[in-house]
Amino acid sequence: MAQEAQKERSMILQKEMIEGLFNDLGKAKETGKKVCYTFVPGNLSELIRTFDMLPVYPEINALQSAMRKKSASYIKEAERHAHSEDVCTYVKCDVGMMMKGNIGPTGEKIPEPDILLLSYTGCFTFLKWFETLKREYPNAKVIMVHTPYQENAKITPEMTQYMVKQFKEEVIPQMEAVTGIKYDEEKLKKILALSKEAEDWITKIFDTTKHKPSPIDAYFAGVYYIGPINIGFRGTQQAVDYYKELYKEIQERVRLGLGPITPEGEMKEEKYRLVVEGPPNWTSFREFWKIFYDMGAVIVASSYTKVGGVYDMGWRHDPSRPLESLSEYCMNCYTNLNIPQRIDLLSKCITDYAADGYVTNSIKSCNSFSAGQLGMMREIEDRLEVPVGFIESDLVDPRYFSYSNIKNRLESYFQMLEQRKIIHESEKV
Amino acid sequence: MKKYYLGIDLGSTTSKAVIINENDQIVGRGITNTRANYKVAADIAREEAIYDARFTLLSNKIKLDMEAKPEFKKYMEDIRSVFQYQQFKRRMESLEKMLNKTVSEFAYENKTAIAEKLHEIIENIRPQIRNEFVHGNLGSKNQFFRDIVSEKYNVGVDALGREYYEPLMLAFDKSITPVENEMVQYNFKELVLESMAVLEEKYKGLADQHEDGSKEDWYYAELNAVKSNYKDVEISLREHIEAIASEDIHIAKMVGTGYGRALLPFPEDCIKSEILCHAFGAHAIFPNTRTVLDIGGQDTKAIQVDSHGLVTSFHMNDRCAAGCGRYLGYIADEFGLSLNELGPEAMSSTKETTICSTCTVFAGAEVKELLHNGEQRPNILAGLHKAIVQRAMSLIARSGGVRNEFTFTGGVARNQAVLKYVKQMVTDSYGQVTMNIHTDSIFMGALGGAMFARRNISADLPKAGKSVEA
Repeated sequence: MAQEAQKERSMILQKEMIEGLFNDLGKAKETGKKVCYTFVPGNLSELIRTFDMLPVYPEINALQSAMRKKSASYIKEAERHAHSEDVCTYVKCDVGMMMKGNIGPTGEKIPEPDILLLSYTGCFTFLKWFETLKREYPNAKVIMVHTPYQENAKITPEMTQYMVKQFKEEVIPQMEAVTGIKYDEEKLKKILALSKEAEDWITKIFDTTKHKPSPIDAYFAGVYYIGPINIGFRGTQQAVDYYKELYKEIQERVRLGLGPITPEGEMKEEKYRLVVEGPPNWTSFREFWKIFYDMGAVIVASSYTKVGGVYDMGWRHDPSRPLESLSEYCMNCYTNLNIPQRIDLLSKCITDYAADGYVTNSIKSCNSFSAGQLGMMREIEDRLEVPVGFIESDLVDPRYFSYSNIKNRLESYFQMLEQRKIIHESEKV
Repeated sequence: MKKYYLGIDLGSTTSKAVIINENDQIVGRGITNTRANYKVAADIAREEAIYDARFTLLSNKIKLDMEAKPEFKKYMEDIRSVFQYQQFKRRMESLEKMLNKTVSEFAYENKTAIAEKLHEIIENIRPQIRNEFVHGNLGSKNQFFRDIVSEKYNVGVDALGREYYEPLMLAFDKSITPVENEMVQYNFKELVLESMAVLEEKYKGLADQHEDGSKEDWYYAELNAVKSNYKDVEISLREHIEAIASEDIHIAKMVGTGYGRALLPFPEDCIKSEILCHAFGAHAIFPNTRTVLDIGGQDTKAIQVDSHGLVTSFHMNDRCAAGCGRYLGYIADEFGLSLNELGPEAMSSTKETTICSTCTVFAGAEVKELLHNGEQRPNILAGLHKAIVQRAMSLIARSGGVRNEFTFTGGVARNQAVLKYVKQMVTDSYGQVTMNIHTDSIFMGALGGAMFARRNISADLPKAGKSVEA
């Protein structure tokens, strides 16, 4: 009983947070709060919050639309307006949603942007996306920050200075102008301290997959866990409370030796532990997940849950270096790591969480993720001799999710893992 | 009692069955075209494999004679063809009945005339087909009932006036499917005895064959030997036929695989992925195999295996099947050729016409355009074959490239032109590697399945999870 109640509590907290945000967005006009559209990778939540603005994440809206089975009609709408079939489906879904009245996931109309803030330029599509939005919202102020790529696998002091300079000279003055609020560094520092705290908790949460059975699924459930930290609640007490609560619940599962919760109840037997690279498919999220849990496969780590921040290696927001720390955060997002860094990170996950296999879900229209995916897979296979699997689907276009193909590939993959397990077991005996 | 193990590979184009003995040796193979009723396709393939297994047992009994005497070897070859004909004949009778029934239900005014024409066509093709089985080499062509009969039937219909075209084609389309989906069991002994009678008649009627230099020497030697000595073979076969026909080919365990595997009426633990089965089968025949390419009807798979024959990684075509067997089927239809004619014609090309389309349907339009522009058909076909192999090469590259040795499996491996380009492109990209292609390529998936059945892996070996707790 106690456990049931606990499970509900973190979910209730999350629901309240999300509903609250969309409520605030619905009332933005009345309350006079400014609205800032931005993207999850390299998001400057803390700065947005410092200026009392409300964030809107178009890609989160797109995935929410897909989960509510609305993306197909939005994409069709965008294609009717000459967006090509090959364009990132997040973009088309968002553009289509806007064209159909911009009604958000809670049924409330999402307000127009006062600011279009592009704080991560590693995804070229983001640039084009905001160019499109700028045409639709001519009154919005565009703020663009150039984020240097970690080509040499490190963030140099010059890179940080370059970004801080952009914050000081471009971002902050423009935010001040739009909001009429003076930049308050002390306020930012307080927010950053809470960010750090939430980041500590979420790191602990994703580290619980070390246990066998893993108490959580770090991909399919993981995408829910990263929700609050990715949609603007980083730097709030609410987020800290949510993660604390969630951690407590997970600890209880660990204590009881329970596996992860799936939409069909608790996973009974953990047969395979996997690390997954790439975003999930959102249009058939449940079916996709089901293929895994039906086979007893649990995801012990995923790159996708790191898109909003990579905390595994110890990096945290630092209130003592506010703008420097925001710069590092932008440059440290998963898709801004170079390919060898990603390989190292994923290899560490495979080793630390004792994964049996590594699966790539390749999204054709997502260049940020897809570039280098095959090479990474080969390198990981060679380095760790871990069985690898490769499937293809899409983010939010239901036309590109072939259930039977994916099921066939995954079934073969799981049988392959099974065989290897048996051989290894028999060699040990 | 001897134990046998069955593997069934239900592919998108053909269904294959392989029976192995306790030493992993193949004793029987069966193949048929996949049809609307998967169960029938699987059952027919299995029955064929069982007949084949009986022939293997029979051949084993007279092994010494077969090695020493050319008449035994020739007779056993011939009897298999005639045996196929006997099965064909029964199905043909069933088709004839169905055709007559279909026509009798027609609303056409000239129904009687149509029925007469139908009768003419059947009377015409019956002896033709018999002759090709008994005296020709139809039995060794791997053609299925539907293909053989429709080819001849179409010729018959074409020769008639336009007024009969539509009703007769309609009659065929309506009749062939139920006949194909009907499971008929034959009595092995009865069919063998009937076949022996047909052979007796054949050999009796044979004039002495004189060497005219058109065939190899052994051909005349075998034929003349069998003509003079077929009675000896008959006596020898009659000695064993009873025992062989009544031998219980006990299938101890079976495994189903292939694209239609989920629809097989097998328990869940008897269903295995075709990727694992193809790899396991290929590895069994060529133990040094490290890379397997399988081109089937609608899947192309590039598979990497370890020294145990276990899959380490694989890559399959997604979203599009333009590089698979079906592509060839579509092209064959476009050209009005049979699938078996494609490869040889492509081999006679003087160059490969570049085919740009990566889509099967577009390739059809492109082919028409090329023909219109005066491109030679063999050259276009060569280009199409090359295009398929290029797609396969890209999958191989994605799966990790070719590691020594390389084995090519699947139905498409029977196509000489595909084989030529695979050899060429693998060598170009990966240098000299050992390349294996086996006459049983198409059966590799079924063989792998049978081998899994024999190993019964999940039950024989300790359960996974043991060391996790330790």
